[in-house]
Amino acid sequence: MKIAKEKRNLAIAGALIGIIAVVLVLLGNPKNMGFCIACFVRDIAGGLKFHSAGVVQYVRPEIIGLVLGSFLISVLTKEFNARGGSSPVLRFCIGAMVMIGCLAFLGCPFRMILRLSAGDLNALIGLLGFASGVGAGSFFLSKGFSLGRTRAQAPLEGCAISLVNIILFVLVIAVPSLFAFSTSGPGSMHAPMVVSLCAGLVVGLLAQRTRMCMAGGFRDLYLLKDGTLICGFIAIFVFALIMNLATGSFKLGFTGQPVAHNAHIWNFLGMAVCGLGCTMLGGCPLRQLILAGEGNSDSAITVLGLLTGAAISHNFGLAGAAGAVADGAGLKTQGKVAVILCLLILVAIACIKTFAEKKED
Amino acid sequence: MEIDYRGLSCPEPVIRTKKAIKDNPQTVEVLVDQRAPLENVSRYLRAMKYDVSVQEESGQWRISATK
Repeated sequence: MKIAKEKRNLAIAGALIGIIAVVLVLLGNPKNMGFCIACFVRDIAGGLKFHSAGVVQYVRPEIIGLVLGSFLISVLTKEFNARGGSSPVLRFCIGAMVMIGCLAFLGCPFRMILRLSAGDLNALIGLLGFASGVGAGSFFLSKGFSLGRTRAQAPLEGCAISLVNIILFVLVIAVPSLFAFSTSGPGSMHAPMVVSLCAGLVVGLLAQRTRMCMAGGFRDLYLLKDGTLICGFIAIFVFALIMNLATGSFKLGFTGQPVAHNAHIWNFLGMAVCGLGCTMLGGCPLRQLILAGEGNSDSAITVLGLLTGAAISHNFGLAGAAGAVADGAGLKTQGKVAVILCLLILVAIACIKTFAEKKED
Repeated sequence: MEIDYRGLSCPEPVIRTKKAIKDNPQTVEVLVDQRAPLENVSRYLRAMKYDVSVQEESGQWRISATK
């Protein structure tokens, strides 16, 4: 009975999140980007002038809302738990590599589902890559991969990332001239700030309560034959699909898809990097934001790794360019090299942490 | 059998639990100190047909499972 209840809650939360995501697009967010943790963290990196790609600069309130939604509900339910200390530097680096993989594909696992629900078949290639990456990560987990134990931390350490988000939001409202705002491109397209913040808060709350995780869904299916977490994933897809069909936003195909490219190998490998990295971290980028809000400083440092990865990606021209490959879109040489290097480094870290290092217990 | 997974983050406790009950023990007790492992270890043990009860002990949980 209890298992069925968890599945039901995840399905309800997924349905609400799918609907909210499509509504955010109707209110101004870029197409198929009601939510995208990778894109939005990249926009924040741009807004903070950590990179200078003029079309992707905006301090996305959705991200701030996600962290604070999780923070508030975890404090209210007494689930806030300040802890950390499990390989923070490795987590930072893995977070940065996950972001490089996501930006090669142009989306996190969350946006991958939203793209799929709007008929973007490139996301299907991404999904295959993601599932393969999670599969590889699950193999290492089953062989004993571990980033080590966490320890209790002082409450301020657990709150720090939420406080940073509050300060960031206050500064954006009070002194917007401090930040960069795109005047064209995806960064210039956004729902009203208050709506975005509220959407983030609601999704943060739902994701915190249900432990929703895109990487965890596949991992549990592979390792435990448990389909609970993937219910959230499926519900987001189904309800976003219904909303896209109802609003005429569904368009099946590989080309002409919004903020996407059709370089299949790199869509596959980009999301394979993401899937492997996320499985090593214990959760997808959305889950990292939620855990960070709950007081997990390992996830907070991972989020800072994601932010840094976004800046690296755009400062060195590693991100995928939207459009058709025939028109020169996709990845530049340095982007392809970066994706392969990230994949190799992740496998090396996984091998060392699985086979080479003596286990603490 | 009592196993201490305190300090381990999701998903390690549930994967180690899977290994620990490979030989189908009649009883198993698992100690965890985070919510996500509490939930997925309990869920996994229930799925493996154990009767599961949980006791909270100052921010930690003892999951007791019996066949």
